[in-house]
Amino acid sequence: MSPRPGFVLEVDRSTPPTLFWHGERFTLEKLPEGSRVVYAPEPRQPLADPVGAIRHALDHPHGDSAPLRDLLRPGMRLTIAFDDISLPLPPMERPDIRQMVIEEVLDRAASAGVDDVELIVALALHRRMTEAELRHAIGDRVYDAFAPNGLLTQHDAEDPAALVHLGRTEQGEDVEINRRAAESDLLVYVNINLVAMDGGHKSVATGLASYRSLRHHHNPETMRRSRSFMDQHHSELHSSNWRMGRLIAASGIRVFQIETTLNTDTFPHQFGFLQKREWEWGTKDRLGYLGLSQVLDRTPPRLARQVFHSIRAPHRMTSVQAGEVEAVHAVTTAEVWRQQGVAVEGQTDILTMGLPYISPYNVNSILNPILVACLGLGYFFNLYRGKPLVREGGVVIMSHPTPWEFHPVHHPSYIDFFEQVLSQTTDPVEIAKTYEESFATDPWYVHLYRTGHAYHGVHPFYMWYWCAHALSHLGAVIVVGGHAPAVRRLGFRPASSMADALEMASDVVGRSPTLTHLHAPPILMADVQ
Amino acid sequence: MKALLFERNLPRFAASRLLSTIGSGRGAAVGPLRLTDVDTPIPPDLDWHVLRPTLSGICGSDLATIDGRTSRYFEDIVSFPFVPGHEVVGVLDGGGEDHAGTPLPPGSRAVVEPVLGCRPRSIVPECPDCAAGDHGLCGNTAFGTLPPGLQTGFCQGTGGGWSTAGLVAHRSQIHAVPPGMTDEAAVMIEPTACAVHAVLSAPIQAGDTVAVIGAGTLGLAAVAALHHLVAPETPCTLLVGARYDHQRRLAGDLGADVVVPADHLARAVRRHTGSLSLGGRLTGGADVVFDCVGSAASLDQSLSMVRPRGTVVLMGMPGRLKVDLAVLWHREIRLVGAYAYGHEPAGSPPEQGGPRARRPEGTTHGIRTFDLAIDLVERADLGRLVSAAYPLDRFEEALAHAGAAGRRGAVKVTFDLRSRKGQP
Repeated sequence: MSPRPGFVLEVDRSTPPTLFWHGERFTLEKLPEGSRVVYAPEPRQPLADPVGAIRHALDHPHGDSAPLRDLLRPGMRLTIAFDDISLPLPPMERPDIRQMVIEEVLDRAASAGVDDVELIVALALHRRMTEAELRHAIGDRVYDAFAPNGLLTQHDAEDPAALVHLGRTEQGEDVEINRRAAESDLLVYVNINLVAMDGGHKSVATGLASYRSLRHHHNPETMRRSRSFMDQHHSELHSSNWRMGRLIAASGIRVFQIETTLNTDTFPHQFGFLQKREWEWGTKDRLGYLGLSQVLDRTPPRLARQVFHSIRAPHRMTSVQAGEVEAVHAVTTAEVWRQQGVAVEGQTDILTMGLPYISPYNVNSILNPILVACLGLGYFFNLYRGKPLVREGGVVIMSHPTPWEFHPVHHPSYIDFFEQVLSQTTDPVEIAKTYEESFATDPWYVHLYRTGHAYHGVHPFYMWYWCAHALSHLGAVIVVGGHAPAVRRLGFRPASSMADALEMASDVVGRSPTLTHLHAPPILMADVQ
Repeated sequence: MKALLFERNLPRFAASRLLSTIGSGRGAAVGPLRLTDVDTPIPPDLDWHVLRPTLSGICGSDLATIDGRTSRYFEDIVSFPFVPGHEVVGVLDGGGEDHAGTPLPPGSRAVVEPVLGCRPRSIVPECPDCAAGDHGLCGNTAFGTLPPGLQTGFCQGTGGGWSTAGLVAHRSQIHAVPPGMTDEAAVMIEPTACAVHAVLSAPIQAGDTVAVIGAGTLGLAAVAALHHLVAPETPCTLLVGARYDHQRRLAGDLGADVVVPADHLARAVRRHTGSLSLGGRLTGGADVVFDCVGSAASLDQSLSMVRPRGTVVLMGMPGRLKVDLAVLWHREIRLVGAYAYGHEPAGSPPEQGGPRARRPEGTTHGIRTFDLAIDLVERADLGRLVSAAYPLDRFEEALAHAGAAGRRGAVKVTFDLRSRKGQP
């Protein structure tokens, strides 16, 4: 039986309460009659033979590219770059897609007699991965073959000797990327395209770039003109990356792009109720929900966090394509939309969302208040094509505990950003103008980024910029069940319950607003007509 | 006439100390402080005048005394029983003269500069420090014609501000309150003078990063002093760590460039100075740190955020502290105390302008700290730091409030001796 497509439910008197994520917990909310709930499509059937599919993709490239085997030759310099810990979410069960793809690429390289091979984690300004995380991503065999010999490195956007400036785009954007990648005869980039935003020229132009390069598209103006990040053709973020990618290609760097898509089988069977629509919950699902909720209510937050971060997602590969960047990405994007797209008729006054425990930037870490804002307004808000789900001047209601808590190793600059920047202003433009450079060039943050496991000093700024479109679009942002001081510091309004939040929202959108709930994760993307 | 009298009573002293572990000022009910009838002190000679307090502040040193936390160092330079209260504004019943010899008619308002140096003690010749105008450093505070007592408010012979009976002040201690200045503002002159002295004695250079730990009365007055007396001539960046919201708001209003929660000050200093952090200490750090708390934790924090060869100015009154001084030794940090006031040396040539450059005509000692403080209190509107005023008979509440001032949203808590309603 083929999986059912996404679905928009209209809430009526008989509709059971709707599940909301609330960090490491869940709540059931009775939404007003007439509200809409947008459900993700059911997981598509995965590829029956993923390794076979990878081999086929490598041999039958898209666009103007020869098969991989024809690009490999003895004596050449080959670099394989791959996505970092931020993908996929949650981390997938072994074997990770990156491992499967990289092993195939390495087998072909070995067959072709290529000796000079290096692997690079495309960190951009993210934190360095730990050995355990790397082993999980690329497998023990690859790790043991490369890491001990220094042939597995993590991109260092702050090492001048490891960067090369390729030039400027026609719009004056600096393109500075990893030297090893740039000076290789072939750069293979291995993507996991969790959402439509991932991949394409963004892989190299962002993942292997420096701050000097990234600042051209990671800024409030670009973010505000990206409507949305999931719609490449209306995203200035992508336009900038595409200009950079074309300059990279014009510089003579040959990129062999490999992109993969996943189904939305996001949670293990113990959490099966999370994959279902509430009115279809059986006894097992209800018991699962009740049991888990009761256990979580008695579990200290730190322990609950550990439990959730130990989840390994069962999602499986639905497609793999390789070849020339733009041609590959066009196919990938269509595949992502096929899995995640849901047609939604018209906008809403109030958009509700339950935010989970995880975002791309807190894997094995803490979803601090800045990341809560980014997850809600940067990611969930932007899960649309056409128009935002919520109308201009409307209200977003997010459900999350929003603890005033930061991971000191992973997010040191976030702590200072929250205390020293957001305490002064929440205006992304003002923040960029007044504070960005001092954080971006702070030697301590640079040191921690390069030698520890810290996100770059400028990273919290980028998280805030991700929110820029939503912040300028919305009339109010309300957080249900959040730690009130932290919520206020973000410039949002705290509410103790959904009923409170709806009451507060009525000040902005009137007494009879329309309401739409984004029932994610599993991830969905609204195609708003 | 009533006064709060502090007596030498070891059992009560012990009880007070025990109760103060619950909260500063909480031991007042069982401690050596009691409300009693007293007579107005008799002026020793014609150079002394009777001052009827109208408003009298509760200082951190008063609380430490009542809590039994004061260093034993002070035992020989106080005399019992004494009436506390050294932050005093009041009325000269019979008039008198101020420190400069200006006649003051009866009913004039005045503040007391409480240090009891050589001149009030009729010691001739004056010690070298008093002779140099640094009477805060006077070594004769246990000698001369007065009983021991480093200040009015710690001396058996002078009375103190926590009294409706009045106190006696030597004319060298008397400063007229400018017309139009409220009592609330005037009572802030003494603590402000402490801050002015500390700030002007610090080796601040243009472009320096200056950190202030603590934003109670002293810390906030220090912020005002830095902003008005130092920054105009010696531009520097001022970072303040404050524990409570109202303190942060006031610190910002008074001129701090960066205000953060107290436990974030080191992070802010690190970021501002571009330092690295190693084992909780900064590789660089602030050029000058003002410790306006005086605890082991605050001193440790100060040492962790000051740069090598930087200066930590200890403004808050410390007791016996256990602090690891390895960092001070290793990084050649200067730790200096800042007590009271006297005269401030004139800084730059007068033609350069700015408060630090002003040298009054005819003076040999520079500028009297109290004069600078009076000016600063007016300019920075420091009267707003007075948060509460209690009648004497509610002294237990007043002291508990003062001991929890920050937590309860207050800064300076005072005794209001103007209203007779409710007064004993």
